[in-house]
Amino acid sequence: MKTVPGKTALVPKPMVPGLLAAALAAMPAAALDTELHGFVDARGGMRTQNDPHEDERSLAETRLQLDSLTYLGPATFQARADFVYDDLVSDHGKVDLENGDGFFDLRELNLLFSPTAGSDLKIGRQILTWGTGDLLFINDLFPKDWNSFLLGRDEEYLKAPSDALFASFFPAIGSFDLTYMPRMDADRYVDGRRISYWNPAQQALAGQNAVIDAERRDEWFQDHEIAARFYRPLLGYEGALYAYHGFWKSPAGFDPSVGNAYFPNLNAYGASLQGSLGSGIANAEAGYYDSREDRSGTNPFVPNSEARFMAGYEREVAKDLTAGAQYYLEWMMDHDAYLAGVPDRDTARDEFRHVLTLRLTRMLMNQNLVLGLFTFYSPSDNDAYFRPNATYKLNDHWQLFANANLFIGEHDYTFFGQFEDNSNVNLGARYSF
Amino acid sequence: MEKWIAALAAIAATTVACAEPSVDDIVNKANEAAYYTGDDGRAEVEMTITDGKGGTRTRKFTILRKDTEGGNQKFYVYFKEPADLYKQVFLVWKETADGKDDSRWMWLPALNLKRSIAPGDKRTSFVGSDFVYEDVSGRNLKEDEHELVESTDTQYVVKNTPKKPGDVEFSYYTVRIDKETFLPRKAEYYDKNGKLYRIVEATRVETIQGFPTVTESVVKDLNTGGSTVNAFSNVQYDIGLDENIFTERFLRRPPREVTK
Repeated sequence: MKTVPGKTALVPKPMVPGLLAAALAAMPAAALDTELHGFVDARGGMRTQNDPHEDERSLAETRLQLDSLTYLGPATFQARADFVYDDLVSDHGKVDLENGDGFFDLRELNLLFSPTAGSDLKIGRQILTWGTGDLLFINDLFPKDWNSFLLGRDEEYLKAPSDALFASFFPAIGSFDLTYMPRMDADRYVDGRRISYWNPAQQALAGQNAVIDAERRDEWFQDHEIAARFYRPLLGYEGALYAYHGFWKSPAGFDPSVGNAYFPNLNAYGASLQGSLGSGIANAEAGYYDSREDRSGTNPFVPNSEARFMAGYEREVAKDLTAGAQYYLEWMMDHDAYLAGVPDRDTARDEFRHVLTLRLTRMLMNQNLVLGLFTFYSPSDNDAYFRPNATYKLNDHWQLFANANLFIGEHDYTFFGQFEDNSNVNLGARYSF
Repeated sequence: MEKWIAALAAIAATTVACAEPSVDDIVNKANEAAYYTGDDGRAEVEMTITDGKGGTRTRKFTILRKDTEGGNQKFYVYFKEPADLYKQVFLVWKETADGKDDSRWMWLPALNLKRSIAPGDKRTSFVGSDFVYEDVSGRNLKEDEHELVESTDTQYVVKNTPKKPGDVEFSYYTVRIDKETFLPRKAEYYDKNGKLYRIVEATRVETIQGFPTVTESVVKDLNTGGSTVNAFSNVQYDIGLDENIFTERFLRRPPREVTK
C-alpha cells in the first residue's frame, strides 16, 4: 500500500463490526440462542504447465470456517470467519481483512433486524449479491475475489465481503434495496502474487516480478460506495433497476503522478428481467458504466465508459442434466479515442468484446455425484476458460472434489488468454459440521 | 313382505350406488386431504434416505405452506441439516392453472444468492431422496386421467394414467384412498413395461387439530433397493402465515416460523 504510513491505522478498521461485537458481548451469555456450524476444507492444486512468474503449486491450504447465528429477540446476529493455513504464503501472521491476506478472513459479522414492519436493515460485514447472470456480473458491483475463483477455491469465495449498511423497503409498488459502503470494498483483484497477468505497461506477461499494489480507496465516508436496486414483478417476470456510485472494482486506472494503479470513479445504471420462458429460465440484463474521470475517453490512464449486455437461458435438457447458455457483450465507448492513447494498437482491446458461456450440470448417484463444466468462450478475443468440476458427497459430512481452471487463447493480452500459464488442477476434501 | 324387503334392498342399493362418489370427487377430496389441510400449515420434517447398500443420509427441514387463490399454493422449505444444506431455502409457488408452470427458487446463503430453478422436470429427486419434487407439492390432477378400479370396504383404488406419457417415467400409478378420511394411503407406480417399481405409503396417520394428517410416509424404489422415510413433527394448521413470507425478503431473513 502506498498511502501515507500510519494514516489508515488511525481509523478503527472494523468499526461497524466492532460495535456489533461489543453489543453482543453485552448480552448475558445464558440468554443466547446460538447455532454453530462450519467446515474444514483442504485443497491442493498444481499448474498444468510452467509459469515463469509464479509457483508451480497454485493452491495448498486448509481452512476452518466457523459460522454462528444468534437470535437476539427480533434480531439475528451472524458471525462467519475462516481460519486459514496457506502453505504458499511466507508471512502467515499478516492479516488484512480487506484483501483477505493472512490466517484470518472475516466473511460476515452483522446484525439483521426490522426497524419498521416494512423495512429490514443489515449492518456490518456481509456478502452481497444481485443481478441475473451466471458467473457474469453487470449490475452486481459488490466485491469479487478473482484469485479464489481462478485458483479453484469453492465458488462461494468468488464473493468477497462488504462492510455495509444494507436497507430494504417493501412498499406496495415494489422492493427497494439501498446499500451504503462507507469505505470502498474493492475486488480481491489479480495482482500478480498468485496469478500472472498481462501487464499493459510492460506489454508482457507479468506476475511476482510486477505485483500490483494499487492505491487503496480507504478514506471513511469519502471513498464510499452506494448501490441501489428496485425490483418488482413485471408481466410475469421479475424486473429490476439498478444504480451504483463508486469506483471501478479492480484497479483499472493508472495515476502517473505517483506511478501506481488506482480505482477510478465509476457510476453505473442498469436493468434486468428474469423469469420462466417455455420450460426454462430466461434472463436479460444491461448496464451502462459511466467512467466519470474520462467521459470523453481520451485519457489513456482511465478506462473508457462502457455499455454491457447479457442474455441467458437455462433448462433441464434431460433427467438430471441441466444446461445454461449466456451471451455477454462489452461495448467500449469512444474506442477511437482509446486507440489514440494505447502503447500498442496490436494489443489493444476491441470495441466489442463478445463472450458466450455454457454451463452443463449432471447429477448422478442420487445427486451425491455432481459433474459440471462451465465454459467461457470469446469469439472476438479468440480465447476460452474451461471450469470442469466434480463433487462427491461421501456422506452427510464428507465431500470430495476435483476441479480445473483451464485457459487457452491465441494472444497473451486478451482477457482469458493472459491466464494461460495459470491453468491448474485441484483436489480437495471438506468435512462439514 | 318379501316384496317389501326386496324393494327396500333395491332402494338401499340405489342409495349406496348414489353415495359412491364419482372418481373426480374422490381424487379432488384426496388432493384436498393430502395437500390443502387448513388455510396454511407448518411441519418439521426429518428425512432419512437409505441407499440400496444400507448407507443412510439425513435431512432436517421445516416446511411452511400457504394456500392462495384458485388452488395455488406457496411452500417455504428451510434446511437445518445436513451441514452443507444448512440455511438453504427452497421456495415454490405452485400454479394449478392450465399451461402455467410452478416457480421454484433456491436461496444459497453463503453467496447471498436467489437462484431460479428451471421448471422442467418435476420428477427429479428432491434433495437426493427417493421423493421427487412433485411428491412434495403435489401432482396436478389435470396431468392424469383418473379411473376408479376398485372399491373395498375401507378404500377406493384409483388408477391414474398420464395424459402426456413422454413427460414422466411411469406408465400409470394406482392410489389407495381411505374412504373415511380421503387420505391417500398407498401409491404404486408401474414402469413402461407394466412392472411395479415404486411405492409411496402413508405409514402413520394422526389427527391434528381435527385434521387426519400423515405423520410418516415412506417411499421405496424397488429398482435400486433404496428408500426414504419422512417423519413429520410439530404439525400445525391455520397459524395465520403472512403471504409475504414466501418472497425474496424472507429468503434473506428466514422467519421465526422456520428457524425456531
